[in-house]
Amino acid sequence: MRAAVPTVDQVTVEERATAFTRRSIKTSAKLAGLKMVVSMMDLTTLEGKDTPGKVSYLCRKALHPIEGKYDTPPCAAVCVYPNMVRHARRFLGDPSPVQIASVATGFPSGQYALRTKLEETRRAAGDGADEIDMVIDRGAFLSGEFQKVSDEIAAVKEACGAAHLKVILETGELVTYDNVRLASQIAMEAGADFIKTSTGKVQPAATMPVTLVMLEAIRDYFFATGIRIGMKPAGGIRTAKQSLAYLVMVKETLGDDWLSPDLFRLGASTLLNDVLMQIVKTVDGNYQSADYFSLP
Amino acid sequence: MKAKTSAKLKVRRAVAVLKPVAQAHHAQPVVAARDRRLKFGDAWDYAPAPETVPVKIAPRYELFIDGKFSAPRSGKYFDSINPATEEKLCEIANGSAEDVDRAVKAARRAYETVWSKMPGRERGKYLFRVARLVQERARELAILETMDGGKPIKESRDFDVPTVAAHFFHHGGWADKLQYAFPGRTPRPLGVAGQIIPWNFPLLMAAWKIAPALACGNTVVLKPSKTTSITALHLAAIFQEAGLPDGVVNIVTGTAETGRAIYHHPDVNKIAFTGSTEVGKIIAQACAGTGKRLTLELGGKAANIILEDAPLDQAIEGIVSGIYFNQGHVCCAGSRLFVQEGVFATVVRKLRDRIQTLRVGNPLDKNTDIGAINSSTQLEKIRELVQCGIDEGAEVEQSACALPAKGYWFPPTFLTNVTMSHRVAREEIFGPVLSVMSFRTPEEAIERANNTPYGLSAGVWTDKGSKIFKMVNQLRAGVVWANCYNKFDPTSPFGGYKESGFGREGGVQGLAGYVNLS
Amino acid sequence: MSAVRLDVRKTYKMYVGGSFIRSESGRSLAVHDPEGRALDNICHASRKDLRDAVVAARSATEGWAKKSAYLRGQILYRAAEMLENRADSLAGEIARSTGVTAGKARAEVNLAIDRLVYFAGWTDKFTQVFGAVNPVASSHFNFTVPEPTGVVVVLAPDEPSLLALVSTLAPVILSGNSAIAVASEKYPLPALTFAEILATSDLPGGVINILSGKRQELIPHIASHLDINAVVNASGVEETHAALQAGTAINLKRYARRSLAAADWSGPAGEDAYWILDTVEFKTAWHPIGL
Repeated sequence: MRAAVPTVDQVTVEERATAFTRRSIKTSAKLAGLKMVVSMMDLTTLEGKDTPGKVSYLCRKALHPIEGKYDTPPCAAVCVYPNMVRHARRFLGDPSPVQIASVATGFPSGQYALRTKLEETRRAAGDGADEIDMVIDRGAFLSGEFQKVSDEIAAVKEACGAAHLKVILETGELVTYDNVRLASQIAMEAGADFIKTSTGKVQPAATMPVTLVMLEAIRDYFFATGIRIGMKPAGGIRTAKQSLAYLVMVKETLGDDWLSPDLFRLGASTLLNDVLMQIVKTVDGNYQSADYFSLP
Repeated sequence: MKAKTSAKLKVRRAVAVLKPVAQAHHAQPVVAARDRRLKFGDAWDYAPAPETVPVKIAPRYELFIDGKFSAPRSGKYFDSINPATEEKLCEIANGSAEDVDRAVKAARRAYETVWSKMPGRERGKYLFRVARLVQERARELAILETMDGGKPIKESRDFDVPTVAAHFFHHGGWADKLQYAFPGRTPRPLGVAGQIIPWNFPLLMAAWKIAPALACGNTVVLKPSKTTSITALHLAAIFQEAGLPDGVVNIVTGTAETGRAIYHHPDVNKIAFTGSTEVGKIIAQACAGTGKRLTLELGGKAANIILEDAPLDQAIEGIVSGIYFNQGHVCCAGSRLFVQEGVFATVVRKLRDRIQTLRVGNPLDKNTDIGAINSSTQLEKIRELVQCGIDEGAEVEQSACALPAKGYWFPPTFLTNVTMSHRVAREEIFGPVLSVMSFRTPEEAIERANNTPYGLSAGVWTDKGSKIFKMVNQLRAGVVWANCYNKFDPTSPFGGYKESGFGREGGVQGLAGYVNLS
Repeated sequence: MSAVRLDVRKTYKMYVGGSFIRSESGRSLAVHDPEGRALDNICHASRKDLRDAVVAARSATEGWAKKSAYLRGQILYRAAEMLENRADSLAGEIARSTGVTAGKARAEVNLAIDRLVYFAGWTDKFTQVFGAVNPVASSHFNFTVPEPTGVVVVLAPDEPSLLALVSTLAPVILSGNSAIAVASEKYPLPALTFAEILATSDLPGGVINILSGKRQELIPHIASHLDINAVVNASGVEETHAALQAGTAINLKRYARRSLAAADWSGPAGEDAYWILDTVEFKTAWHPIGL
C-alpha cells in the first residue's frame, strides 16, 4: 500500500498561489478579513536586545491593538524568546486572551544538542508559555536523516507538556517545494500541532507558494488521519494586502474550519500597524499615517 | 479513535520507513473517517468586486471596409446581447454577399497597390503600433470582451487582452525576417485572406488570424462570430488609429451566410477558419478544386491523463484549468479525464472539493472564475449532452453554487461512471463538463486517448521525465501539455491532427499558412 | 535688462549600472569637432571604471537573461520609441560632433531607430531559427538551445558614431547578455547621449554600460579581464585587432571582429542576424524517452 509523499510541481504551484493574490477583497469582506488577521496574529519580538520593557510594550499592543471604537479583537499571541516568557506572563496575567508563544530548541539555527533543546523547552513551558515554536534540524533533514528529525520533534512534543507545539521547517533553507512537503509530513506525524514556515531570520521567509504546499500537506493529513493541524506562515508578511491573500488561500484550500486562530496564525510584527491603518481607512474613509498608530 | 494510517511513512528519496510515534497526541480531536470533509461555506464571504471602469458601447456598429465604417447594403442589423444579463448591448451590422464583395475588392486593391509593395520592415511597424495600442486600451477591451461574450473579467484582463498584444508584437518582428523562417525559399504572400473566427476568444482569435496574415504581406477580410463582434470592431478603430492603410484589414460582421459568402468568393486566395468540425468540413468541400489555400482549427475532445506519480495537487489545478477555464468553451479543453486507478478516489475527492471554490456569477466581478455560457443555443447543447450522460448511466457531480436568475449559466460539473462509448466521452460538449474515466497502464491511457476522430490536444501528468517524452511521442495530438494545461504563446504552434483540423497558428510553422513557397 | 540668456551646459557622464557617473580617476578629455572647435569634455575612463562596469554588467546579466524573450523585445522596442521621440536631439549631437548635414544626421538616427526595431523582433525568434531538436539514433529527446554567453565588451567605431554603436549592441543584448560599450574616441557625444535613451527605456541598470575615453588604454585590461566572456571589436582600428585577439586567449574569450567601412553600416551588412550567434553558447540536452 502506497502512502508516498507526493512531489510538487513548482511552476503550477506558484501559478496557483499567485491566483489567490488576484482576489479582490473589498468593503465589508475587507473589514471582516482584516479583523480576522489581527485575531490570528502572533505579535513577535525576537531580538537579542529584547528586554522586559520591550516585551511589556508588545504585550500591551497585542491586548489592545487599537482604540475600542474600531471594534478590533486582540492578537492571538505574543511570540518571544524563552528568557522573556516570565515577563510576558507577569504582564498578561493568567488566564489571558493573548497566548504566550515561546521559540525554543536553539532558535533560530537549531544547531545544538538535543539535551539542551529539551531543557529549554521545559523551562519555557514551566515559565508559562502556552505554545512552543521549535525549529527542526535542517542539517539532519538535508543529509537525509529523516528519522532523527522525526525523533527530535517527538521528544520536544513530550517536553512541551500541556503547551501546544508549532514546528518551524525553515523553508528558506529547505529550498525546494518537494522538501517542504516532505518536512511537513514528518512534522505532522511526529506530533506537531501547527507547522510553521520560518524563523524570520533567513530569506526568503514565508511565501504564498510555500504556504500553499504546507496547506496541501495539512489537507492530505486531515483526510488520512482525521486530525486538523494548524498553519503559521511567519516572516516577510508586511502588508495588509498580503495578509488578506493568505486568508483567501486558507479559505479556498482548507475551507471555513481553518479560518480561526486555533488553526491559522500569522507570525509578524510590522504587519499589525499596516492592518490597523487599513481598518481605520475602511471605516473612516481616508488614507492614514503611521504617526497615528502606536508602536508595539 | 487512534489514527492508523499515520503510522507508516514511505519516504520518496531514502527508502526508509519512519518508526511510528507511540502516541502522537495532537491538540485537535480526531475526526471520524466518515465525517472528514472540508467546508467551503460563507464563514468569510467576499463582497462584490465589480469592475467599475466605464466603457462606451455604441448603440450601433457598422462594417469596417476600406478603412472606414459603412452601413451594410441591406440596411439590416441584429442585436448583440450580454449573455450574463440577457440585455441588449448594441446592434451589429449584418453583412451580405455584396458587402463581402466590397470588402474583398478593398482588400485586393490594398494588396496590389500598397501592402505587397511595402517593405517588410514598414509592415512590421504597423503591427508593433497595434500591439502598443492594444496595451494602452487594455482595460477597455477586456471589459467589452467580458460583456459581449460572458467570460470572467479576470480572464479577459489577465489572459485574452495581453495575449492579443503579444501576438501582434511577435508577428510584427517576423514581417522583415520571413526568409529566415523558410530556409532555401523566398516566401511570397498569397494575396487576400478570408478569415472566419469563433465566439470563445473573440479578440484573441482575431489577433491569431490577422497578425500572421499581415506579417506575411497579405490583406484580410475577417468575419467575427455573430454573438461576439464588438471587440473586433474596436480593434478596427485601433487599426485606424495606427494608420493602417485602408483596405489592409476589413471586418464584415454578420451571420453564417456572411461567412459562406467569404469562403465562396472567387477572389480570396486563402481561407482560415476556427470553429466546429462540422462547419470545417463544409468549408473544405466548398474550397476543394478552387485553388484556395485552407487552414482549419476545429473541435477537440482532449484527453487529460493523470498518472499515479503525478504531483497530484497541481494535477488538480491542471484539470480545473483544462476544462473550466473559459467555461469549457475551448477547442483544446481537457474534457476527458483519464486517471490511473491507484489514485482515482483521491483525484475525484480533490476535484469535488476544488470545484466548490470556483465562483460562478457576474463576469464583471473580479472574483468570478466561471462566467456565463455564451448563448442560449450553447446552453441547450450542454444541457442536452449532460442529460444524455445521465441517461446513459453516468453520475453527475456539480458544484453547489447559486446561479443568477437571468443569463445563461452552467455550474462546473464532472461525470463519473463514464465509459468510452458514452456520448459524453466522444462528443465535444464545449461547456464546463468533464468526463472522468480510469486506466491501469500508460499504454492503455495512450490507446484510449488516441481513440477519437479528434486530435487537437492532450495533457499528461507525471513526475517521471522519460514517461513524459514517451507519451508526448505517442499521443496523436497537435499540442501536448505535460504537467501543465492550456498554455499558449505566440511562438508556440497550435493546431490539430485528424478531424481537429490542419495547419498551425503561432510560431514558425504558423507562418507557412500565409505564404507561397513554391 | 540683458536680452542674452546664458545656457546651462551639459556634463557628459558615462553610464554604468544604470547611473550616470564620472571616471573614478577624475580625468577628462576635451572633445573637438572636425574643424577643431572645442565642443565639450568627456570622462576619461580608467581601468577601474572598466572593472566597475564589468561588476555592474555581471550582476545584471542573470536577471536580464531570465526575463522572457518577449519582455526583452519590448524593452528594445521601447528604446526605439524613446530614440524616435528624441531623434532631433540625437541628430543634433551627430551633426554638431561630426560636421555632417542635419539631413544626413537625421537619416542616421532613423536607421538607428529601425535597427533597434529590427533586433527587438529577433529576441523571441532566434532560438527557433538557430536552435534545434536533434533526431539522435537512440531513444532520447535531444534539443539544442542558444544561451547568452554573459558579459560582452563592445568596441564601437568612430563612424557612424550612433548607428554603429546601436548595431553592435543590440544583437549582443537581445539574447540576454550584458554589455560594456567603449564609445568612439573621436565622436563620443552621440553615444553618451544614447545612454540617456537607454536609461528611460525600462532597460535594467547594468545591462548596457557605456564608457568614454581612450581605446588603447583600456584594451590590455579588456583582453586580460577574466570575468569578461566575449569581445566584439567593431572599432575598425587595425592596431586593436591583433592585440585583442591574442590577449583574449587568456581565458578563451569569444572574439568577433566587425570590419565594416563607415558607409556599410547603413546597408544590410550593418543588420546581420548572424551577429547574434557571436555571443551565444549552444547547449544540448538529452533525456530518455520511455516509460
